Amino acid sequence: MAIPGIGLVKGLWITLKALFTKPVTVMWPDEKEELAVRARGVIALDTNNCTSCMLCSRECPDWCIYIEAHKVEIQPDKPGGRVRTKNILDRFDIDYGLCMYCGICVEVCPFDALYWSPEYEYSEYRISDLLHDKQRLSDWMATVPRPAELEK
Amino acid sequence: MIVAAVPFALWLAAKAVVTLGLMLGVVLVVIWAELKWSAHIQSRVGPWYVGGRYGWLHPIAEALKFLQKEDLVPEAADDKVFRLAPYVMLAGTIATFAVIPIGPTVVARDLDIGIFYLLAISSLSTLGVLMAGWSSANKYSLIGGVRAGAQLIAYELPLILALVAVAIQAGTLSLNGIVAAQTETLFTIGGFDVALPFALSGQFIGFVVFIIASLAELNRTPFDLPLAESELTMGYVTEYSGLRFSMFFLGEYAGVVAMAAVISTVYLGGYWMPGISDDALDWLGPFILVGKIFFIVFLYIWFRWTWPRIREDQLQRMAWKWLIPLTLFNIMATATLKVVL
Repeated sequence: MAIPGIGLVKGLWITLKALFTKPVTVMWPDEKEELAVRARGVIALDTNNCTSCMLCSRECPDWCIYIEAHKVEIQPDKPGGRVRTKNILDRFDIDYGLCMYCGICVEVCPFDALYWSPEYEYSEYRISDLLHDKQRLSDWMATVPRPAELEK
Repeated sequence: MIVAAVPFALWLAAKAVVTLGLMLGVVLVVIWAELKWSAHIQSRVGPWYVGGRYGWLHPIAEALKFLQKEDLVPEAADDKVFRLAPYVMLAGTIATFAVIPIGPTVVARDLDIGIFYLLAISSLSTLGVLMAGWSSANKYSLIGGVRAGAQLIAYELPLILALVAVAIQAGTLSLNGIVAAQTETLFTIGGFDVALPFALSGQFIGFVVFIIASLAELNRTPFDLPLAESELTMGYVTEYSGLRFSMFFLGEYAGVVAMAAVISTVYLGGYWMPGISDDALDWLGPFILVGKIFFIVFLYIWFRWTWPRIREDQLQRMAWKWLIPLTLFNIMATATLKVVL
């Protein structure tokens, strides 16, 4: 039979132990956290892969991706060939003030144009500065970790 | 004597300043200790950057923050009572420090009925709480205030009854007398005169009951029903802001220090410590008392951050069905032993 009120003493013992163990707090920015390999910090854009298909923008639950593009005609290499059209990306903005880091845009992209980067230190004093434009999103590409080795 | 040479009014002012200064200093340290200890119990570090190291200036920074905030009075509130309430609460708490001896000769006023005064004046702060709850014109505040009132009625009794047993054992109501009674030799082992504080010599039940009842009296977890953030927002302080809120905040922690000082004095021997001569006690006494106060404060903080809040009916049942009969039994046992021994 359990002694009545023993739970209170057990609780006191647990908190006393916690009092004398080292806190788990990481003293940012003096020291940095060790991030998980696939941490979702910021979304990077590879403009070369983007076809302006708008899938990411349409799937985004917050509608925080803004894409503008125009079409150009590409003349055939050889005479008699078909004239093809290509989308040129004019604007690709992600508003991190709205983004909820669900990663649906990264999942849905059929051409591997969007990647997760573990960088997270991009807070701003003004909320409008959280809108990252095409250039800024492309700059994040440098921080994207290499994909893991394939399993043999 | 020095006392006769100085005019009474000046002497009174000096006493008030010293008592207030000492109390406020200890209270600020207690607030900091609560922040720090609660943080480490939750595996955090707590205040860190304010003041350069360990966030030691945090309580002062917080007080300055409250000073900058707007002092709001709700439209429907009873204006005068609402404004007066925090001061009544704080005054009742601070006044208890007048009778607590911090050294053999250092006490603001050694009253013959010290315990009586203590209990009477500490009830005053609950009047402030009731005033705040009633005048805020807010249902949360009202429920909080009424809960505080119910809690006071229930837990004032075991508190008083526990002290009655101490008064019987010590044979005096004066707090200096009670400390002196704890320095008397109980028995001798191999040439050493052993004197024990009341917590270890006969009043252990009273000591435990007093700690439980004082937790309820101070509205601290597990008896924080009048504040109960999760159900009553902040109870009777819901409508307060700025300086008046900081008065309640200060009053709460001043109450903690006052109760800890009372427990230290009545049950743990106050400024007295075995092995220290009476001459040294004059200047070491306050430090010993503060050390004992911090031991009790540590217990309070430890309990607060470990145990969950109990229900209102459990609270009442505990007071009326357990603590009061227990203290009555304690009084009987103490009185019997006093006569027999």
